[in-house]
Amino acid sequence: MSTSAVRSSLLFFLALLLFVSLPGSSPAQENPYIVAYDHYLEEPGNLEIEYFSTFGTQRASNDFHAFWMEFEYGATAWWTTEFYLDGQSTFGDSTVFTGFRFENRFRVLKREHFINPILYVEYENTSGADKILKEVEGHDVEADYADRNAALRQEHNHELEFKLLLSGTHKGWNFTENTIATKNLSGDPWEFGYAIGASRPLALKASAKRCSFCRQNFIAGAELYGGLGDRHSFGLNDTSHYFAPVVAWNLPSDWTLRLSAGFGLNDNSHRFLLRWGVSREITGFGSMVRNLFGGQR
Amino acid sequence: MSACVRALAATAALLSVSVARAQQERPPASKYRKDALVYAELGKAPQKARSKRNPLERDPEAVAAGRNLFEQHCTECHGDLAEGGRKGPSLLVEPVQNSEPGAIFWILTNGVVWRGMPVWSKLPEPQRWQLVSYIKSLGVAEQVPSLGPVPKPSSGSATAPPSLRR
Repeated sequence: MSTSAVRSSLLFFLALLLFVSLPGSSPAQENPYIVAYDHYLEEPGNLEIEYFSTFGTQRASNDFHAFWMEFEYGATAWWTTEFYLDGQSTFGDSTVFTGFRFENRFRVLKREHFINPILYVEYENTSGADKILKEVEGHDVEADYADRNAALRQEHNHELEFKLLLSGTHKGWNFTENTIATKNLSGDPWEFGYAIGASRPLALKASAKRCSFCRQNFIAGAELYGGLGDRHSFGLNDTSHYFAPVVAWNLPSDWTLRLSAGFGLNDNSHRFLLRWGVSREITGFGSMVRNLFGGQR
Repeated sequence: MSACVRALAATAALLSVSVARAQQERPPASKYRKDALVYAELGKAPQKARSKRNPLERDPEAVAAGRNLFEQHCTECHGDLAEGGRKGPSLLVEPVQNSEPGAIFWILTNGVVWRGMPVWSKLPEPQRWQLVSYIKSLGVAEQVPSLGPVPKPSSGSATAPPSLRR
């Protein structure tokens, strides 16, 4: 096993250890999407800690394992704030920290509607070695990731990313569409992308007994995502597109597991992206902080 | 290295916001007033929503399933026994228990977003009705203190703001 693979595995187990040691959480009802967002925000005062991995095949270079941690906090019922830490291991190369992201999502409408808009604003400070593929935008293609990490890290991206999330849930089905617009603060043109998702729980009624393998604990669906070029050359060409069946397993024992198998839809795309994630919600994190600092009990 | 420093700075900023929000003490009187405003939201349910019947009202497992769902999603704010908590009001009071099942279902679907209750439409409709079954099974066990005038609901006396005396 290479040194980078060992370091990658160590990070993975450290993340797992962190999850296991967390107290006081509650079962969540999480969607299965890994790229797309629906209109549901984190419950106020709750902190969700998530770990995700992406194994990607790479033509003309080595395959990679990219990973990221997410800390998602429900500031209010209409505002969720989130912080990401990204890294990756390229097999036969190295393991590197590739940057951070800070995102905010705002619910626009007071009540539930057929389509519910959410505004998304993110600041991204990453290197060119970032391979988590959390979204595809502009003219992102597989060949961009073929260089060695040492070379890729020379590129620094300071980006502002905006998304309009349009999502609705009907008869148990969630449908979501995300439109992405990204501006690299170094002066590159606006880049665009999209993500579309649909999902549904395998059963709509809850069972009277708590169970791990009940059908209502599984939510299955699919997502489609890709780039839309930039301001000068808008469209579906010269960029990459993916289709990915997704599934989430919401366990009564506080955990949510997600799995996604993504398939590249054109020659510019990675042929295969296997993603998985584990998350845990800490209920009442805000209250815990309040108590820590001597607030009202 | 600079990326690490920025990451730490962003984390510190996030923590500061959390701490600042956590320090906002809420005296009981304003808590009761906030609860009353949340109860008043029940009265804003449209007639069409209010008149919906619970399709699971004869389902013998609905209450038990609803209790599971309540424990999973609601106790953090409304308390283990629905008696109310720091974040959410008691559900054992007349304004809730005397409401039509459709009005409670409507609140679950739409939330009271500006007052802290998220939308729960991510739970499929049958699960929201199971929650309604459980909540209605609890019955009235508390009275709400009078706080003077609160905003009147648009319609429906059964869900009017509390006029009870402790």
